[in-house]
Amino acid sequence: MAASAESIAIPQSDEQRARRDGFADRLFRRIVAGAGIFVLVTLAGVALTTLWGGREAFATFGFKFLASSEWDTVGKQFGALAPVYGTLVTAAIALIIAVPVSFGIALYLTEIAPPWLRTPVASAIELLAGIPSIIYGMWGLFVFVPIMGRYIIPWLNDHVGEWPVIGGLFKGPPLGLGMLTAGIVLAIMIIPFISSVMREVFLTVPTRLKESAYALGSTTWEVAWDIVLPYTRTAVIGGIFLGLGRALGETMAVTFVLGNVHRLSLSLLEPGNSIAATIANEFAEADSEIFRSSLIALAFLLFVVTFIVLAIAKLMLRQMEKKEGK
Amino acid sequence: MTNPNIPLATTGSVSLITPPPSTDAKATAAAAAPKMSAKGLDFYYDKFHALKNVSLDIAEKKVTALIGPSGCGKSTLLRIFNRIYSIYPKLEAKGQVLLDGENILDPKYPLNRLRSKVGMVFQKPVPFPMSIYDNVAYAIRHYEKLSKADMDARVEEALRQGALWDEVKSKLNGSALGLSGGQQQRLCIARAVALKPEVILLDEPTSALDPIATGKIEQLVEELKERYTIAIVTHNMQQASRVSDYTAFMYLGELIEFGDTTTIFENPTKKMTEDYITGRYG
Repeated sequence: MAASAESIAIPQSDEQRARRDGFADRLFRRIVAGAGIFVLVTLAGVALTTLWGGREAFATFGFKFLASSEWDTVGKQFGALAPVYGTLVTAAIALIIAVPVSFGIALYLTEIAPPWLRTPVASAIELLAGIPSIIYGMWGLFVFVPIMGRYIIPWLNDHVGEWPVIGGLFKGPPLGLGMLTAGIVLAIMIIPFISSVMREVFLTVPTRLKESAYALGSTTWEVAWDIVLPYTRTAVIGGIFLGLGRALGETMAVTFVLGNVHRLSLSLLEPGNSIAATIANEFAEADSEIFRSSLIALAFLLFVVTFIVLAIAKLMLRQMEKKEGK
Repeated sequence: MTNPNIPLATTGSVSLITPPPSTDAKATAAAAAPKMSAKGLDFYYDKFHALKNVSLDIAEKKVTALIGPSGCGKSTLLRIFNRIYSIYPKLEAKGQVLLDGENILDPKYPLNRLRSKVGMVFQKPVPFPMSIYDNVAYAIRHYEKLSKADMDARVEEALRQGALWDEVKSKLNGSALGLSGGQQQRLCIARAVALKPEVILLDEPTSALDPIATGKIEQLVEELKERYTIAIVTHNMQQASRVSDYTAFMYLGELIEFGDTTTIFENPTKKMTEDYITGRYG
């Protein structure tokens, strides 16, 4: 009798258990889905708030807001071209410097460095990534700007400045402040990000893949360029864009060394402005409605610029994959 | 006993080191001119003494199998033959490995010459992340600049020798990662063959493959030995007895017995060899 009672009880408790598990599982899925949706809501919230805040500027200046570099706080004429240009140029300089250096760091740490050195240097890189940008900004202003003004810019003027075509980029006053300086400081800031991502993904390349390339007579450079990089390409590009995203939005460090002048100039040695730096510098002084609205509209533009840059990157990646016949 | 054709006779001191592990076997193995020979070879992984005074001849255009339980040093030995170990720090080989009479362990022996003469195929198939065509052409481009037409011909030749051409000729530009495991391994063999090497080292080439793919690789080894000298490491006794002409049995870093495959498998002189081959330990 006791046995049959038990055998009835078990299916019941199984059923209860199944119901409870089903409920718990559904709840868990909802919570996780909520976390995912949170990202989209935040994104949409930022986009809509900045668009709404900038509506007055967009309504008043229309397309001219994008096309004009005029920034007259007294005459209340605002155009975003100079900060957008400055943002893109400084980020581009930063990437041009940071990507090869990071590649070198990551390659050294995964392929060439003696094993006892690898972990300490990798930790040092992560520490660098944790330094607040204000410190980079102060270092930039007090240490790097004088060096730029005294040595590097005069040298660039005398040498590279005379070259055809690109010479114009490197001719300018020895102020020390400017887009090149900002780009270099940004590069130093994003190198830790890019190189630690690269290092981590380089470590995932199977040893046997590298060995078979070496066995065919490849040099370390050929293994890195022909095997390691293609194998990790997607993740490497992801790391680069993590750095780029940071460079586009970086505020403090850039504000210190960029010069904050609303002027378009071809020369990288001239001071300029970036979107984030403009907002940080001028928000406290925005005394009129249209001034404040223009700054918020700038924030919206930064959002759009970042989105476009990332979209282009995704397209490029897809194009590359298509070419390989994947 | 010493074959006069063997250039090693010129290095008098070396022949003294060479211990005859099994006199009869040695004599048979030396009957064909050795393409490569290890002489008094020691190998260290940092402080671990992985190979102890190994001397062994690899006969030209024959298949030499290296067998023994895991950790006996057979793969280590193979990895010395093309100095692939040298990409890692703290590994050291002492002694001599002669390729056509020249010591390849001599730091002056050019690495890319060695790698072009001694090709290697690894345990797991490792196609590069590129197209099938480029996998083969990549190897060739390291050594030769060829016109498009010549390169096409070389790639085809290599893929034919790898017994893969008929299966891939219509999708040469497709990713090599889309091939099956067995096809990938044959691609790796084709890639090694494309350099027109003299020696091919196979490090357990079929351990990751199913029986059918294994059969194809074994058949391929049979064909390849007409042109190339082959050394194969294997855990599979049947495979060693099927494909090889000579067999070396190693244990704990030492060469226990070496001789022609029939003798080793049917009439081994050492008890240890017999126990291993009959599966009594290992």
